[in-house]
Amino acid sequence: MKRTLQILLPFLALAGAAMAQDILINGAGATFPYPMYSKWFDEYHKKNPHMQFNYQSIGSGGGIKQVTEGTVDFGATDGPMNDTQLKDFEAKHMSGILHFPTVMGADVPVYNLAGVTAQLNFTGDALAGIFLGKITKWNDPEIAKANPGVTLPASDIIVVHRSDGSGTTFIWVDYLSKVSKEWETKVGKGTSVNWPVGLGGKGNEGVSGTVKQTPNSIGYVELIFARQNKMQFGKVKNSAGVFVEGSLAGVTAAAAGAVKEIPDDFRVSITNAPGKDVYPISSFTWLLVPEKIADAKKKAAIKDFLSWMLGPGQAMTAALDYAPLPKAVVAKETKAIAKIN
Amino acid sequence: MTASNSPHAPASHFDFLHFRRKTVNFVMLSLTAICTFVALGVLLYILGYLFVHGASSLSLDFFTKLPTPVGEAGGGMANAIVGSGKLLLIAMCLGVPIGFLGGVYLAEFAGGKFAFLIRYVTDLLNGVPSIVMGIFAYTIIVLPQKHFSTLAGGLALGVMMIPIAVRSSEEFLRAVPLNLREGSMALGASKTRAILTVVIPAAKNGIITGVMLNLARVAGETAPLLFTSFGNRYWSHGWNEPTAALPVMIFTYAIAPYEDWHRQAWSAGFVLLSLVLAINVFARLVLSNKKHVAR
Amino acid sequence: MGAGPKPASSFLQRLKGGDEVAYLITCIAASTILALTALIVFELYHNSAASRGKFGFAFLFSSTWDPVNDQYGALPFIYGTVVTSAVALLIGIPLGVGAAIFLAEMAPPKVSEALTFMIELLAAVPSVIFGLLGIFVLVPILKWLEPAIRAVLGWTPLFSGPFYGVSLFAAGVVMSVMIIPFIISISREVILAVPNDQREAALALGATRWESTWDVVLPNAFRGIMGSVFLALARALGETMAVTMVVGNDPKIKASLFAPGYSIAAVIANEFTEATGEMYTSALIELGLVLFALTVVINGGARLLVAAGERNKT
Repeated sequence: MKRTLQILLPFLALAGAAMAQDILINGAGATFPYPMYSKWFDEYHKKNPHMQFNYQSIGSGGGIKQVTEGTVDFGATDGPMNDTQLKDFEAKHMSGILHFPTVMGADVPVYNLAGVTAQLNFTGDALAGIFLGKITKWNDPEIAKANPGVTLPASDIIVVHRSDGSGTTFIWVDYLSKVSKEWETKVGKGTSVNWPVGLGGKGNEGVSGTVKQTPNSIGYVELIFARQNKMQFGKVKNSAGVFVEGSLAGVTAAAAGAVKEIPDDFRVSITNAPGKDVYPISSFTWLLVPEKIADAKKKAAIKDFLSWMLGPGQAMTAALDYAPLPKAVVAKETKAIAKIN
Repeated sequence: MTASNSPHAPASHFDFLHFRRKTVNFVMLSLTAICTFVALGVLLYILGYLFVHGASSLSLDFFTKLPTPVGEAGGGMANAIVGSGKLLLIAMCLGVPIGFLGGVYLAEFAGGKFAFLIRYVTDLLNGVPSIVMGIFAYTIIVLPQKHFSTLAGGLALGVMMIPIAVRSSEEFLRAVPLNLREGSMALGASKTRAILTVVIPAAKNGIITGVMLNLARVAGETAPLLFTSFGNRYWSHGWNEPTAALPVMIFTYAIAPYEDWHRQAWSAGFVLLSLVLAINVFARLVLSNKKHVAR
Repeated sequence: MGAGPKPASSFLQRLKGGDEVAYLITCIAASTILALTALIVFELYHNSAASRGKFGFAFLFSSTWDPVNDQYGALPFIYGTVVTSAVALLIGIPLGVGAAIFLAEMAPPKVSEALTFMIELLAAVPSVIFGLLGIFVLVPILKWLEPAIRAVLGWTPLFSGPFYGVSLFAAGVVMSVMIIPFIISISREVILAVPNDQREAALALGATRWESTWDVVLPNAFRGIMGSVFLALARALGETMAVTMVVGNDPKIKASLFAPGYSIAAVIANEFTEATGEMYTSALIELGLVLFALTVVINGGARLLVAAGERNKT
């Protein structure tokens, strides 16, 4: 063991000297945008070889906690920080934290219904009813009336939801809370909730695996996951009354539709946004950047990265199936970068 | 089950008894064989599955290159392989000596209530979920230092290694027949000398088994590393920076939506097993040439 | 922390008959374990103050787990942890010990070595992979076996109700696969360590192969085998990733093993990373404390059983 160390030590010392001029910036948080962020940070690193952005997906809750504790330079989250969390941060750092939307995501309903090949339509009431355990049969009138011409079986619906705390769940229940008063009062919204019915699957593949193997089941997964794995998913009725299939355009439209209501700190939910092309179960995902960054080099790097991400970065989103931000949001964010000092 | 084989049974019962004993013998031995086939069948299936899925998309790049984003060919996990190696090295330096010496204490020196307490507590420590170990290392190292580090990850894994190291070394030391110890002590050796020169060498194979099993177990852990060694898309320098590790990479890649990353996750699983295999073979080769495993 | 042990060996060798020193050093190592465990328990206790203060002992008996309204109870998780571990041991012990006997007593040494080697490797398979195999391979197999299980055991409440595949039973089976390597490799080693003259003596007296194993070898190896079972039990109690993939993650208490359930370790791993808010994290950490207490109880109970068993043998 000693000998190994003796051999290793000079190498380690060398490596240490080499990294002296490199800047390592650590970030942590949401799992959903991890592939996109790793792509961006890699591309950015190629252009600026001395800047190493190291992003790790430890979960949105973890991201908020770590950036508040100061163990990472920036955080990332699928649900905006609430007022208590903002106060916590301010109390610890004597300055605020900024939200920067980066890309957008969406949830889609996936189902396993033998004998039904048509793409099913779901109203908000139907989804809320199913997940509340009030709609228990596939041929319930609420489902049937949205799907004329489709013969629905009289079998029991088996609900599958995420078991791990996740932004995907947050978007889903945020939407259900908006379309159903009963959901809002009985269950509410959060990254994990007290599910009235259903089986829990861990992660997207846990949910999709359980749905695939359980006849007559319904669950929800991220749009990207459904598209990449070529799963069939249902259309959802938006606030304009149109049944829309989850797609990148529909998601971007949701942000564009809600742009007037976006506050200066970008903490906003865009589920059930107005507009006839809007896919209603959509959301931003955010980077969390402290207002004050003591290290001048890190500050410059982060600011530079943010403007790069809003420019050339946005062009890389579609290849990975992420929805880009609408122009109006990009313009608004570009101004916000100046707040970092 | 076979309690009725009294040697003084009357002659008339003998044939029946003999037949019965032969049958029991045959049935039970066959059952153990069946157990072996079932257990091994399942285990080999998993190894085979991992091999088929993991080895097929393995290339040299995997061992020499840094990870690339989704959709770019040619990425590897060189940093995670080295990172896992470093983490296991720290874990072993911490867990094995404490665990092994603790095991020696239990097997050779202790008795009574204190030994009972330690044995009990060791089993409790072993039952602490790995994520709790991670939270523990996070609170005592990461929070005061204000940054994630290889060291914190190694500590979490090291603490996890202690219980198995204690219990396995104790069991194997205890399994060394008493007459070996007595023989050496009768020749005038002190107890310590007897332990060092007779007992430990005799228990060596078992102890190595214990250490390897232990190492294998922590090598595959993800949860304690998330909040300690964190992860790194680049090379980690020294012991005080966050580092990539294979199980963390497997976890993040396995839960991502892309087929490309799923393949890499399987490869990483396969590489992780190969790494453990390599350490195992190496340890056995090196240690079998020495006289003692005194450490 | 690891400063004590390192100079130990060289120092020992210099000191010819250092019984006192050896005693001291090993005793320090052993005490470190006590200190570490105490520190972990303290951390858990300290960080769960908010939740303990709010719910008190009702935490243990409540079945509500509602992160939105900050209402927490541990009962369904305790139940699921106990049931899945029991299933895992019921399957794992006979299979593991049976296989260990075969490998130690019957199989040719070379074959036995090679097989054990592979079994040890299995302990390194990350539990994510066990989980993925669980849901994509084991669950379909269990569904296929379901009619057979029902035909034989369907009359008990344990195997009643609808079966979705993901269930307490499936979690127990996955866990049993994960603990078998521990049982086999340690038990085999302990059985092998029983001196050969014991076996030969029994065989010379006319015992069959099985009788020499069951009546002579196993009692000698009993302690070690139980040691391996304790290790396995601990691993089962603390397992997270693989369990959560197949257990169904439904915090409700149902008698049937076919029903979905949840376990303590699984809920901690599932929700800790996303948990925000003091009460929520505090409740999750208190679950960790509950699991620890549960381990104390289960382990203590198992110890009493073993002690009783040993007394009967002599």
